[in-house]
Amino acid sequence: MTTPLVLGVLAGAVLSGTSLLYATLGETIVERSGIVNLGLEGLLLIGASVGFSVTAATGNAWLGLAAAALAGGLANALFGWLVVTRMANQLASGLAMMFFGFGVSALVGAPYIGSVIVGLPKWRPAWLASLPWVESTTLFNYDLLTWVAIPAATFVWWALFRTRWGLGVRAVGESPAAAFAAGRNPAALQYQALCSGGVLAGVAGAHLSLSLTLTWAEYMTAGRGFIAIALVIFSKWHPLRAIVGALLFGGTEALQLQLQARGSEISPFLLEMAPYLLTLVVLLAWGGSRRLAAPASLGRTFYGSD
Amino acid sequence: MNPIAPILEVRRITKRYGAVTANDQVDLSLYGGEVHALLGENGAGKSTLSKVIYGFTRPDSGEILLAGKQVVVPTPREARALGIGMVFQNFMLIPALSVLENIALFLTDLPFIVHPKTIEKRIREFGERFGLVVDPSAPVRQLSVGDQQKVEILKLLLAQARVLILDEPTKVLAPHEVSALFRIFESLKAEGYSILFITHKLREVMACADRITVMRQGRVVGGFGPGEADLDALVTMMFGGQEAAEQLEPAERAVPPSGVGSILELRGASCPAQGSETVLRGLDLTIGAGEIVGVAGVSGSGQKELGDLILGLRSLSVGSKWFCGVDASSWSIARMRENGVAFVPEDPLLMAAVPGMSVRENLVLGTGSRYWKGVSVDWSALETAMGESFHALAFPVPRLDPPAGALSGGNLQRIVIAREMAHKPKLVVALYPTRGLDVRSATSVRDLLRRAREGGSGILLISEDLEELAEMSDRMFVLYGGALVGEFKRGEWQLEEVGHLMTGSRGAAHA
Repeated sequence: MTTPLVLGVLAGAVLSGTSLLYATLGETIVERSGIVNLGLEGLLLIGASVGFSVTAATGNAWLGLAAAALAGGLANALFGWLVVTRMANQLASGLAMMFFGFGVSALVGAPYIGSVIVGLPKWRPAWLASLPWVESTTLFNYDLLTWVAIPAATFVWWALFRTRWGLGVRAVGESPAAAFAAGRNPAALQYQALCSGGVLAGVAGAHLSLSLTLTWAEYMTAGRGFIAIALVIFSKWHPLRAIVGALLFGGTEALQLQLQARGSEISPFLLEMAPYLLTLVVLLAWGGSRRLAAPASLGRTFYGSD
Repeated sequence: MNPIAPILEVRRITKRYGAVTANDQVDLSLYGGEVHALLGENGAGKSTLSKVIYGFTRPDSGEILLAGKQVVVPTPREARALGIGMVFQNFMLIPALSVLENIALFLTDLPFIVHPKTIEKRIREFGERFGLVVDPSAPVRQLSVGDQQKVEILKLLLAQARVLILDEPTKVLAPHEVSALFRIFESLKAEGYSILFITHKLREVMACADRITVMRQGRVVGGFGPGEADLDALVTMMFGGQEAAEQLEPAERAVPPSGVGSILELRGASCPAQGSETVLRGLDLTIGAGEIVGVAGVSGSGQKELGDLILGLRSLSVGSKWFCGVDASSWSIARMRENGVAFVPEDPLLMAAVPGMSVRENLVLGTGSRYWKGVSVDWSALETAMGESFHALAFPVPRLDPPAGALSGGNLQRIVIAREMAHKPKLVVALYPTRGLDVRSATSVRDLLRRAREGGSGILLISEDLEELAEMSDRMFVLYGGALVGEFKRGEWQLEEVGHLMTGSRGAAHA
């Protein structure tokens, strides 16, 4: 491997890992409260299209980002109404939310296909830019979301493991009945987890369209939502391990892009499969130990005490 | 100790579940710095009363007074605010969280940012003061049951409860853990805490209680002050005194056929336990053809484990199991059932029926390949056979289309029994077969078991109902702490003796 290839992969890993990390963090919070949201892919699409449309319409990427975060939170609140209040099946509701997200994002984004926007501003500290080999690459030339990605993961870890709220969320995910007996309100905690998870998923989607591609195209997420769900398992429901996972998967994607760009002899179809093959490998490898780390009540509906 | 005014008083508490009166005008008072034992058989209404006090269940009528003032306890939240705490029979801990997190979750004064060090300090402080030493950082799933109980008690103490209700706290404990718990009671008492200790084990009551209240069939039937109680009086009070004693007299019944071969034999059978299960220790048990063998014992003495062991749901660690003279120690469940073992489990909804499937589908489950017709099921043959079985039991034939989960417990029990008895089993293992049945259905189940006996079946009848056991059994064993501690031939048993053995208050040959 040549140095430019390595640097290219690193730069790409961070860029495409950012949105994966935000999506994974959001899903981690949601799953810690005992809810599986298979609609994450749809949430990312809503975030990407709302973010892009608002940016294209207003010319302000920050407004686009805020709108995407809000849209993600609202979409997950709707999901919460289905699975918490109406106690609908989480898997079916999640898949329905995913297709709902496909439709909504296509509708919202349609007028802006082909629009040119100014994305989230990027900057690179001068001392990093002066490093050898770095200058000619995009390495360290990041937007704010990328720069604060690791602090964000740390914050989510802190919120889940060091606050009264996080203790309640985790308790609900393990045993809603015990949390209820301890005087907590399981439904309220699940709504809070869903809304904050939705905001993060919206941000993740917005990062795709406002920083990575600077365009909107239907189904531009291409399975990243599902990779993030797998990453939650990979990181064993832990926000800090999610950083490693997001970089690894972002790197896999960057590597296949770099190889394609360099005219590698491996079939491009095979290369494009790389992140998903890695997902399969992770699921296979972690399969047996999954039960030990997953929230005990994940995916189950809490019907009240007694 | 000579208390002046009770800290907690309940007056004329009544609670009905449908036609069953779980608590009937119950009065109870609890003083500061005492251990008050609430004693009674299963179903006497002890748990209901404690849940009413903790606000988990609402009474139909009656009042609760705390320090002389009437209080309303609609939910556990209010109970905790009043300083009342309860340890549930099966605990309310989250296995994946640490001791500290489980305790923190319960605290009402927890700050938004949790300071583990502060809570840890409080845990250690209370732990040392009351002999409740637990590692705060250990995940609860790694703790022994005894330590989990310590966490439950610590939880209440740190949340400033002054009245502690413990529902059968010793049910899941090993003997040495029980004595440790009683030492904890002593130190709590010395600091003025009041403990309501619910149990049905007489020996424990004698060991630790200052005062005793005995409940039977939802009523308080008597009480003893400090030093007044004696075992015989307690047993008589718990089991209903003379009237029950008379019914326990052997009824007229021919001597069981002798010299017949054994259907089932356990030789030194032992099996280990997981979680809150009971370890079975060296069981020797023979069930002959044409014989009803009764097993008496308070719940949790190993009845479920014994039934599972015979059916093959769990395997032997030591010893052997013989079926009709063949070593069946390693037979699968399917093989046991094909060889004619009928099984009426403790909880039919959990073990013998699939709630979401129709009654008809449930009837075909567990009948092996008997009604297979190609890839389908011969439904009409099934319905005919089951109809006959219902008829033989004098049960009404139920509607076959509704899901089994929609049936009442008694109706479901009838379906399970009809299915299990339909094919002339060689061995019937019946756990509490008449529980939840009305008097007439219970009588016909007993008649059917007797007829199966006349037909040469061997029957193992596990029950908590001493009257039923006395009426039915040709021989009776007492199961206590996973071991058989007494064997009686028909006509040899005495109420007192059996009661003492069941509660472990005398002569039990267990470790």
